[in-house]
Amino acid sequence: MSPVPSTGIKSFGAYIPRHRMSRAAIAEAHAWALPSLKGLGKGEKAMCSWDEDVITLAVEAARDCLRGFDRNSVTMLDLASTTAPYADLQNAVVVASALRMPTSAACADLCGSTRAGLAALARAGSAGDRLVIGADKRVAKPGSIQEMQYGSGAAALLMGEGDDLLARMLGSESVSVPFVDHFRQKDQTYDYTWEERWVRDEGVGKIVPPAVTKLLKRIGRSAEEVKYFGYSGGPVGSDKLVAKALGIAPESLLPDLQGKAGDTGTAQSLLQLVSALEQAQPGDVIVIAAFASGCEVVAFEMLRKPSDTGRRGLTGSLARGIPETAYLKMLSHDGAIDLEWGMRAERDSKTALTELYRSADQILGFCGGRCERCGTVQFPRLPACVNCGAVDAQVPYEFSDLQGKVMTYTADWLMYTPSPPLYVGMVDFDIGARLLMEMVDVGPQGIDVGTPMEMVFRIKERDSRRHFDRYFWKATPSA
Amino acid sequence: MASGIKDKVAILGMGCSRFGERWDVGSEHLLNEAFGEALADAGIERKQIGAAWLGSCADGVNVGNSAIPLSTALRLEGIPVSRVENMCATGTEALRGAAYAVASGAVDIALAIGVEKLKDTGYGGLPVVFKGTFNDLWMPYSSAPAGFAQMAAGYRAKYGISKDDLKRAIGRVSWKSHQNGAKNEKAHLRKAVSMETILNAPMIAEPLGVFDCCGVSDGAACAIVTTPEIARALKGSGNPLVTIKALQLSASAGREWSTTSWDGSYVQNTRNAAKAAYAEAGIKNPREELSALEVHDCFSITELVTMEDLGVSDAGQAWRDILDGVFDADGKIPCQIDGGLKCFGHPIGASGLRMVYEHYLQMHGRAGARQLKNPQLGLSHNLGGVPYNGVCAISIVGLEGR
Repeated sequence: MSPVPSTGIKSFGAYIPRHRMSRAAIAEAHAWALPSLKGLGKGEKAMCSWDEDVITLAVEAARDCLRGFDRNSVTMLDLASTTAPYADLQNAVVVASALRMPTSAACADLCGSTRAGLAALARAGSAGDRLVIGADKRVAKPGSIQEMQYGSGAAALLMGEGDDLLARMLGSESVSVPFVDHFRQKDQTYDYTWEERWVRDEGVGKIVPPAVTKLLKRIGRSAEEVKYFGYSGGPVGSDKLVAKALGIAPESLLPDLQGKAGDTGTAQSLLQLVSALEQAQPGDVIVIAAFASGCEVVAFEMLRKPSDTGRRGLTGSLARGIPETAYLKMLSHDGAIDLEWGMRAERDSKTALTELYRSADQILGFCGGRCERCGTVQFPRLPACVNCGAVDAQVPYEFSDLQGKVMTYTADWLMYTPSPPLYVGMVDFDIGARLLMEMVDVGPQGIDVGTPMEMVFRIKERDSRRHFDRYFWKATPSA
Repeated sequence: MASGIKDKVAILGMGCSRFGERWDVGSEHLLNEAFGEALADAGIERKQIGAAWLGSCADGVNVGNSAIPLSTALRLEGIPVSRVENMCATGTEALRGAAYAVASGAVDIALAIGVEKLKDTGYGGLPVVFKGTFNDLWMPYSSAPAGFAQMAAGYRAKYGISKDDLKRAIGRVSWKSHQNGAKNEKAHLRKAVSMETILNAPMIAEPLGVFDCCGVSDGAACAIVTTPEIARALKGSGNPLVTIKALQLSASAGREWSTTSWDGSYVQNTRNAAKAAYAEAGIKNPREELSALEVHDCFSITELVTMEDLGVSDAGQAWRDILDGVFDADGKIPCQIDGGLKCFGHPIGASGLRMVYEHYLQMHGRAGARQLKNPQLGLSHNLGGVPYNGVCAISIVGLEGR
């Protein structure tokens, strides 16, 4: 038996955007041209709200993962995505700032393939804990099969060494071949895909099973011992073919999320791993494979069940859906159509980068202040305390994990917002602070004075002239 | 030791343009329209104006920055001209400058004039205003209606009032103002509207519908002020003088929206300014002593809570007083007798002065179909910003000696 690496998983987290577009509504919209889509018109797919992107998805998954963990122990942050917003501005650094990571944490963006998240797990880390996040905000050409099947989401794994691992890594296998089942060049919006039958028969069928077999042999386990098997990246349904070819029991297959969230791309393999971690018992073997430009395979052995940190995970994420049926809303949020929002939308959202840097801990890290003279917790943290006026007497105070309640609110139908109405109001935090905030993901039950609220990281404004989006925190009804 | 402004400044003349969608004119003409009337009313010449204060808020829309737009439009050459702005409280701000100049003895005759030309924006409602580079990064940008609509939620929650009852009360506020505005030739909106229309109007910011929100208008209003001695010398001692009894301002410093002390159901700045204004004017029982109110009804809910903040309604009772007609034209203490912001209109920089204009006309018996019997003291309430982060300016004018 080959030596087993001593790294493994310490914690995990997930986030699926709450808005779930009815696939029947998509099919209905295309029925005049593409009636065959009706066959795929069951269930939902997760769609990002206008103010969500890979960075915000990653932050939410990472927050879920880090509940109960000291951020200062994280020495590396890997963000894997094929749809990160910036080609040159380290996306992982924005994520790290929102998580209030130590500035010494090594941040890296991994891109170019949906297998990048799984590959990141397998790479060696340095001393200290390593946060690996896979996130994708997937868009697809209207009328395509992918439009029905793609979804958005993020998963985060905290990797490290030590005696408190949830699962240890048994080994990994990598195959890198130029099998181009789909591609998307840098400035292009949509993937271009080849015939599914070829991808399945010539690609998936010939590349994935041998790689998994090779790994299992190296780590000394049989197919029958694989309790949980996750596979993603190929045509829908090809997971069953791979399992069959390997002799892995069909009950061991982890969900492909079709009809619930959809294929979340770079997040998918990590979300399948999260799904296994939510269910597995000590001793269970978990194998996850990601097919793209070859494939990645990683195997784990569960060591102990996770403790209850109030984690949302995949199960919690899937449960909190808000049904959507307005197909044009999805197209608008995806940027596929440009509605006439009127003159109010002409406002210039230029960000003063100097101010952003000066205020980064407040704006990205959501750190207000606590006055050392009178104890008042406040946001923003201006030079003078809002209560007693003491100058330069505040210490940073973290707001992102605070719970609060709606004190006042309204639904604004006049102000320009990409997703009317704009809910805005005062949030009173249990700690005694208050902040005027945008309120998001208000479901059909609405909000009222007293509704419990928690904080989420979102895009605040999009600068459509210069293409720089600014981020801040918003309130949402508590889970 | 400061002794306040009471009876130190008299209003020599006033003017007010027609408010509305003045497609026919820009701010230059509006300024002259108001100023021309005031000059004639005062019986003086332009060159007797010793200093001027221009109040205008949206300088990016038409007027332009600095005081030069005023000095150019009125050809006030080589005299002190100042530009002031305090959001919707700008009009009263201009009056303060002119009044203090006269009261200090620095200037004999001063001009306070406010103007706004909002219909150059290209759309309805107020233009979005820049709030600073730091605020850009965290402050949610919502509309003006949204800022005030929140107070409806706070007021309703505090006093346990049903959504329906509150909606009816705020609708009644607008109904009353439309009844009054129909009698005012200079008003922007001059048609009465039924309660049914008001209650069923499309939603702007819950629970405020179209008729709960004042529109935006073009217009100008001005006051020429001087000392009572100079006024008597110019007009003769037989005519009643309208003097300024109080001028007070209160600005937020962050407490309402950064601490949990404000409960969402009132405007702290109004309470502060009202208390100081009543002390300055020597008013002990506002509900009994004030003859009429002109308040900042940018939104119907604002007028509702203002009745409590001014102490003319008891806490939690304004909604009942409104439904009982206490503030109707024939009620105990008429409010918005000229139609208010809702019907007369709201050219931002002019509004505070337009309020004083109505009290002034009333006290000189020149209010025509709107004339009240024996008005003696009139309060103007001018509110800028939002209930939880703004400026309240209150002026009280009245017959000299009252």
